[in-house]
Amino acid sequence: MMLKIKQVTKNFGGVRALDKCSLEIEKEKIIAIIGPNGSGKSTLFNVISNLIKKDSGRIYLDKEDITEKEDFNIAKLGISRTFQEVRLFRNLTIKDHLEIALLESDEKLIRSLFGKREDNEKRIKDILNLVGFDKPLDTHATELSYGQRKLLDLAIAIAKPHKILMLDEPVAGVNPKLRKGIKEILRKLRKKGDTILIIEHDMNFVMDLADYVFVLDYGKVIAHGTPRKIQNNKKVLEAYLGE
Amino acid sequence: MPVEFISPYITNLLIFIGIYIILVVSLNLTLGYTGMLNLGHVALFAIGAYTSALLMTRLDFPFVIAFLAAGIFAGFFGYVLVLATKKLKGDYFALATLGFAFIVVNLLLNLQGLTHGPLGIPGIPKPSLFGLTIQSNFSYLIFVAIVAFVSVFIIYKIVKSPFGRILEATRDDEIGLRVLGKNTVKLKYKAMIISGFFAGIAGSLFAHYLSFIDPSSFHLSEIILVLTIVIVGGLASIKGSILASFVILLIPEVLRFLALPSSIIGPGRQIIYALILITILMYKPRGLFGRVDLE
Repeated sequence: MMLKIKQVTKNFGGVRALDKCSLEIEKEKIIAIIGPNGSGKSTLFNVISNLIKKDSGRIYLDKEDITEKEDFNIAKLGISRTFQEVRLFRNLTIKDHLEIALLESDEKLIRSLFGKREDNEKRIKDILNLVGFDKPLDTHATELSYGQRKLLDLAIAIAKPHKILMLDEPVAGVNPKLRKGIKEILRKLRKKGDTILIIEHDMNFVMDLADYVFVLDYGKVIAHGTPRKIQNNKKVLEAYLGE
Repeated sequence: MPVEFISPYITNLLIFIGIYIILVVSLNLTLGYTGMLNLGHVALFAIGAYTSALLMTRLDFPFVIAFLAAGIFAGFFGYVLVLATKKLKGDYFALATLGFAFIVVNLLLNLQGLTHGPLGIPGIPKPSLFGLTIQSNFSYLIFVAIVAFVSVFIIYKIVKSPFGRILEATRDDEIGLRVLGKNTVKLKYKAMIISGFFAGIAGSLFAHYLSFIDPSSFHLSEIILVLTIVIVGGLASIKGSILASFVILLIPEVLRFLALPSSIIGPGRQIIYALILITILMYKPRGLFGRVDLE
């Protein structure tokens, strides 16, 4: 099991965003989390990354208990993620973004000043080729269109050394062509052995891509199973599709 | 003793410009590159000036030790400042660092046994290096120029390194950087220690040049002056900081030649700084060479 979420609860004042939520994410699979707006999907991602402190419950990454770890340490241990709103460093270039994601020694000042500079050009080009991104490396983040920013965001998450990729609505707001492109990228990554956890509203995208689906409603897992099984689940139809 | 090629007036001005270049470029490291709205930089400058002055006048330390101790001590206080404010961001961090600046000035005024309070510390000796005392202002200018060059070079190398790049990323999106596995709090400590170190050695140069320091040199007007220079030059631009140090420190000198009474020259200087700042913010909000917007 790559990621295990055990009985996680999170309240925002009187609102229970996650209610004893438990999930197990298998290795080398694409797992989707679906659910209506406000069902706790993004909160779950933020709790896993420890950007939001949970009230109770435990989280294990590849059998290691990461419940009490700080957000940056969780990232170091192998969680790579994106956000619903693309987060880029607006004054930095594409190359800067990918080097920050790839390098693990740039926090060390002396090594950064006097150590041998790693040549990441090939790795950067490989990752950009994988996601089909063809802008010059010295382009600034602010010069990119929304779709390109979304792709760069994905490229950064892929570039960062990781055990699991957590993507929060990777195709939200992108055109159908790019949506198809991103689907292919994720398939390629799965083939290479990546474990991917996605939150997505686009049902066709999820049903076509995911190996397994968890459905959240009011912070609880109300159903889980293969896409085919989920599609016909009565509880899901009631909660998610309002049927 | 070297021949003085330039007039004592110009030499004096250039010495101050050299000291301010170190002060302003080091402030740009935290303010412009790391995005920390640090209003406590002048307090670190004061800590450096007093450390160096006290070590030489009270304990007869050699200049080199006092000079380095000024940097190390100011760097340490930079660390303490981040430690005390690590949960604060943006305006709250700015207010806390401004509070720190006021506390330091008040301590300098009130720890009379150590600092002589408002009377200041007189008789700060001129620096001696390898048995040679830097007596003339011209030799002091050469010394300041060398220290300023080395300081700017080191800060330039830092900001152009991978470490400097993640300082800039901290400024642009701290959460975005943390989820890439970078400890941004530790980065801020490091940035503040380096920035404080250079503010401290600038303070040491200031103290040993004037031979006398008192708390009035480190008041709010000084904070406004260094901020004005950084903003006019542009955030995250070393070139801008250097050029703006010349521009901002030289322009008010025009008042000297207008035969105005000193009661007008002082406020006139502040008015000129304010006008320059307002003009820049209106017509060139990123400053002369800035790459980053003021937020």
